[in-house]
Amino acid sequence: MDTSNLSKEFLSKLFSDGKRFDSRGLLDLAHVEISFDVSSKAEGSARVKLGKTEVIAGIKLSPGDPYPDSLDKGNLTVSGDLLPLASPRFELGPPGFDGIEGPRLIDRMIRESGMISLDKLVIKKGGKVWNVFIDVYPINDDGSLIDASAIACVAALKQAMLPELNDDLRIDYDKEAKEKLPLSNQLPLSFTFFKLGKNIILHPTREEEEACEGKVTFGISKWNGQYMIHSGQKGMASPFSAEEIGNIAKILPEKYEELCKKVNKFIK
Amino acid sequence: MNEMRPIMAKVGIIPNADGSAMFSFGKTVAIAAVYGPRQLHPQHMQDPATGILRVNYDLLSFSVSDRKRPGPSRRSNEISKMIEWALIPVLNLKDFPNTVIDVQIYIPQADASTRVAGINAASMALAHAGIPMKDLVCSVSVGKLDKELVVDVDKEEEDFKEGEGATDFPLAKVAHGDEFTLLQLDGKIQPELISKALAMASDACDEIYEVQKKALKGSVGE
Repeated sequence: MDTSNLSKEFLSKLFSDGKRFDSRGLLDLAHVEISFDVSSKAEGSARVKLGKTEVIAGIKLSPGDPYPDSLDKGNLTVSGDLLPLASPRFELGPPGFDGIEGPRLIDRMIRESGMISLDKLVIKKGGKVWNVFIDVYPINDDGSLIDASAIACVAALKQAMLPELNDDLRIDYDKEAKEKLPLSNQLPLSFTFFKLGKNIILHPTREEEEACEGKVTFGISKWNGQYMIHSGQKGMASPFSAEEIGNIAKILPEKYEELCKKVNKFIK
Repeated sequence: MNEMRPIMAKVGIIPNADGSAMFSFGKTVAIAAVYGPRQLHPQHMQDPATGILRVNYDLLSFSVSDRKRPGPSRRSNEISKMIEWALIPVLNLKDFPNTVIDVQIYIPQADASTRVAGINAASMALAHAGIPMKDLVCSVSVGKLDKELVVDVDKEEEDFKEGEGATDFPLAKVAHGDEFTLLQLDGKIQPELISKALAMASDACDEIYEVQKKALKGSVGE
């Protein structure tokens, strides 16, 4: 599983020359493809290919009780599991840290961006609210799973429809859904910067990702006309200097615009 | 705005442990114990190339307003792993092959900034256990309330809702270096404010370091 010192040294040298195996520059984004309707039973779903990595996300909605500290809001839950389907590295069983890291970061990114109008998800004042469940699964892991998953979650949300309810507030799946899940105009996206030595790369392949020693993920959107970072998390043991973090923050907006363009081609 | 709540630090609070410490920011209290380096079980987890650091962080059930269900959660799992990565850079784990250093961090009373208080306590507990360290790790959370940056976020600030709302930006760094070992972020902050926030955290960490050092020196006497 661990990368050999040999390939680590080789990749490190390659990065120092600004080169990568697939001819991209260090901060070049991978190719993005998005398709929809992974499951007709989901309220919204999307499949995302980011380079050779492939993930699917689905939205399920159900009436439920609000949390005691947010009685006037719907609930958002993002979860997922690293299915052994997607990689020989993944094993069955309850999700470990690697399995919860992505969903929790995406949860914070979507929640803090205000992409979902949770205040419009109250079904009955003082009573039921909508639960929004986003579940995201890898289908083929070739690195950058968190960033790919974030795109899939956001794309699936864009498609999501509110199911019709019966008089007793149960979902009637026989009725056709007419209303879209209330969303704002925000399009939050996630960027994980990986570090090997002094070099920082985006959208690594699995091989590149495993050679890296540090990473930092940021979720960003444009909020009221200004770029806002909504979520962040440093991972792995290698520290980052203030300058490195400052530089990453500086290039975030331009990378965000670049990815937005790619994503918007698929999302109406 | 760059003023922290009163800080308290103490080491040697748990006699059974190889090292232990308490650290508090105002009403937020963290206690930490270190056991090890000791042999790692199960044996198949042992690594002949290096020792491992194993951190467990959690809130005690009565530390928050609505009782926290005891036992690990996705949140505590995530934070434990973050703290592990925040502390590893100052340790020479390769000197202790096949072993584990266990760090247990619990929060008896929470008023936000619990993970950073936990890191400060854990860093002191590791030093108190006599484990060779390159430096101490110091940690503080920077907050943003609407448009204003503050250090050491408390619960009331964390729940601030007006304008751009509240941002919580917990950070940890190696005391004498420009090396950030923990970074998490939750809220709404302009990318151009990140460097300023790091500088504020850095200044606060200098103060925290002095308190940690004083408590550690006090424990060994003259």
